[in-house]
Amino acid sequence: MADFKLTILWSDWLIYLLVVTLAIFFINLARDAVTRKRWRKVFVSPLGSASFLVIVFYVAIALLDSVHFRLPLQQLEGSDTVHYSQEVNSLLDLTLQDLRGNDEKTYSEPFAIYSFAKENRTLDSGQVVRDFPRLEHAGSHLPTGKPASADIFERTMHALVVGALLTLALWLLIWVLRWGLGLSSGQGLQASAWLPWKSILLTLGALVLVSTWVMQLGGYYHILGTNKVGQDVLFQAIKAVRTGVLIGTLATLLTLPLAVGLGIAAGYFKGWVDDLVQYVYTTLSSIPGILLIAASVLLIDVYIETHPEQFQLTAERADFQFLALCFILGMTSWTGLCRLLRAETLKVSQLDYVQAARAFGVSNGRIIGKHILPNVTHIVLIALVLDFSGFVLAEAILSYIGVGVDPSMASWGNMINEARAELSREPVVWWSVAAAFSMMFVLVLAANLFADKVRDAFDPRTVG
Amino acid sequence: MLAYIIRRLFYAIPILIGVNLLTFALFFMVNTPDQMARVQLGDKYVDPQAIEAWKSQRGYDKPLFLNDREGSEGLLTDTIFFDKSIRLFALDFGKSDEGRSISADIYQRMWPSLAVALPTFVIGLAVNIALALFVVMFRASLFDTAAMVACVVLMSISGVFYVFAGQYLFAKLWNLVPISGYLAGLDAAKFLILPVIIGVIGGIGSGTRLYRTLFLEEAGKDYVRTARAKGVPELTVLFRHILPNGLIPILTSVVVVIPSLFMGSLLVESFFGIPGLGSYTLDAIQAQDFAIVRSMVFLGSLLYIVGLILTDISYTLVDPRVRLS
Repeated sequence: MADFKLTILWSDWLIYLLVVTLAIFFINLARDAVTRKRWRKVFVSPLGSASFLVIVFYVAIALLDSVHFRLPLQQLEGSDTVHYSQEVNSLLDLTLQDLRGNDEKTYSEPFAIYSFAKENRTLDSGQVVRDFPRLEHAGSHLPTGKPASADIFERTMHALVVGALLTLALWLLIWVLRWGLGLSSGQGLQASAWLPWKSILLTLGALVLVSTWVMQLGGYYHILGTNKVGQDVLFQAIKAVRTGVLIGTLATLLTLPLAVGLGIAAGYFKGWVDDLVQYVYTTLSSIPGILLIAASVLLIDVYIETHPEQFQLTAERADFQFLALCFILGMTSWTGLCRLLRAETLKVSQLDYVQAARAFGVSNGRIIGKHILPNVTHIVLIALVLDFSGFVLAEAILSYIGVGVDPSMASWGNMINEARAELSREPVVWWSVAAAFSMMFVLVLAANLFADKVRDAFDPRTVG
Repeated sequence: MLAYIIRRLFYAIPILIGVNLLTFALFFMVNTPDQMARVQLGDKYVDPQAIEAWKSQRGYDKPLFLNDREGSEGLLTDTIFFDKSIRLFALDFGKSDEGRSISADIYQRMWPSLAVALPTFVIGLAVNIALALFVVMFRASLFDTAAMVACVVLMSISGVFYVFAGQYLFAKLWNLVPISGYLAGLDAAKFLILPVIIGVIGGIGSGTRLYRTLFLEEAGKDYVRTARAKGVPELTVLFRHILPNGLIPILTSVVVVIPSLFMGSLLVESFFGIPGLGSYTLDAIQAQDFAIVRSMVFLGSLLYIVGLILTDISYTLVDPRVRLS
């Protein structure tokens, strides 16, 4: 285990970049008093803080899942070169080792210890019977005669106690931190009293409890059952978090420079630049988004199929397709932001201080950087948070249509796509699609609630 | 007015040319017809003759822009660009890669699309406006807050979930309507109920929320305050003042989608097996039939641009203060 090869995919680099940018962004925020006040307004509301924590939780999972490496294969006798496995693992895979390793043969219900499908078995007496076989892994620790429900109950109780202790420890840690930070400003606990601590602590507690429960029981049972090829559904749903979070952020971020650059240029320089930019975005936005996406994804597929030499690993190919999808999604949606930025820049560049700067002979670049850009950032921010949930939902639909992410990549869309056949079975296989929908729902709901708060705080029309 | 409309139509031409060039570049220059043929034919049959045959059958063997080969019928007209792109302007969509006439298919399939999309649009609009007005009646109360939370929750649920849940409850559990399928004529009704209901429910969250904002904006204006100060009853204020004035931004904002109703919905049509343009496009995407996808991109843009022009016209119709110049 000492030896491994770090394999950083392109999307991994982008997510690191994203986190660093956000960190710089937040540090910068702390400098500006007005922006600080607005953020304070977002986090003062219990809903805003709680939804933010849920989003952070998802992003943390996505980050864990973005440190990829490949383990070495068994070395041949007398050979010096080390070959690495084709399988790409991530830190999340290590954390959830218990969930990942226990593949069954096929479907099994949540918490089941018997398979979902009947199988022929030969008894000791030579007789062949047809019934539900025991699962290979789930519940295999049970001593004979002990019912699974009792064991699940005991383990749940145990997990809750552990979780509660962890939660208390976390709360204590936060209290100490608050106190320590408050001391340095001489205000004690008062310094951070404006935050809605009750909802923050409760949300953290809930997240800790759920994670402990999953970690404690995941190794013994399939909490959300298994899918067609016997993989743990919960594990698949958690792996899909990275896809969802990345598609929500990268789709906007990849085309953000384009939208900001063109939008500000059109609003500031006016004249033929404005005409050109308006022409470009009207043309792009007149193409039905889903068709443009489908057409572009088809073309990407053709490119991948005709250039196999560029993609050695399956994961690399899937990653390329994924990034292309993000880019295309961004291409179909940047026009809205561009239009807003153009209108706002038109307004801002008429203001007295911009006119004054121009009269003083300040260069265009400096005026844009110093006066225009800071005054339109709130629009970018609002667009960013508002678009996020839309992209997460779009991924599910695109994967269903067959122009989404690579089928080898875990995603909620792919899980839902498979569910079509599962739902028409009798009895219905509902757990896979339920897992995908609920994981997606929690993320999208948190994002929507947070976006609302951000818009309320930053949109001048609502700020008044 | 007429002069304005004619001028707007002229403005639309460069945009359509742009769409046309973009799709042409995407479909023929980023990927050559050779690559398309290779993907279509699959790995088994790939040999140069098969590719040539595939291309000539579909007219992809001509040069892109200029045909200076001997025996060609025209320097500019006997090219892929002319055949596959310029002809779109005359709404001549040509033949699909399968060899069927795309125009005939579109004409045949647009009616089922419309049969689903039009009722969904009208009922959805009515339901959303009614709900928004109801919420506005109780504005700034606990009910208002609860309704808005419910809207966000509805918005956060994936559209696919509504389809699954609807099919399971209405068709499988209660046996009220068939799960999917379509019949021509009046028999279509029983197949249409479920998709329309699902379509309406799926739009309630975002629609109600948006219209509530628009109504609230109206409710904050001076004339509303004046009416109340005069002692006009609250309900009369709501229905006589806020509703008609709030309808203006709502109606003008939905005009743009009306022409696109012909295109149908990709998702709903494919889930409910309705043979409309949405499922037509989807089948083409899944079969990688580039000719159909290209035609639908062009048609979609055309309808959108028509929608934009209609929006401008509707502004003047509902609000005489707006002058078109």
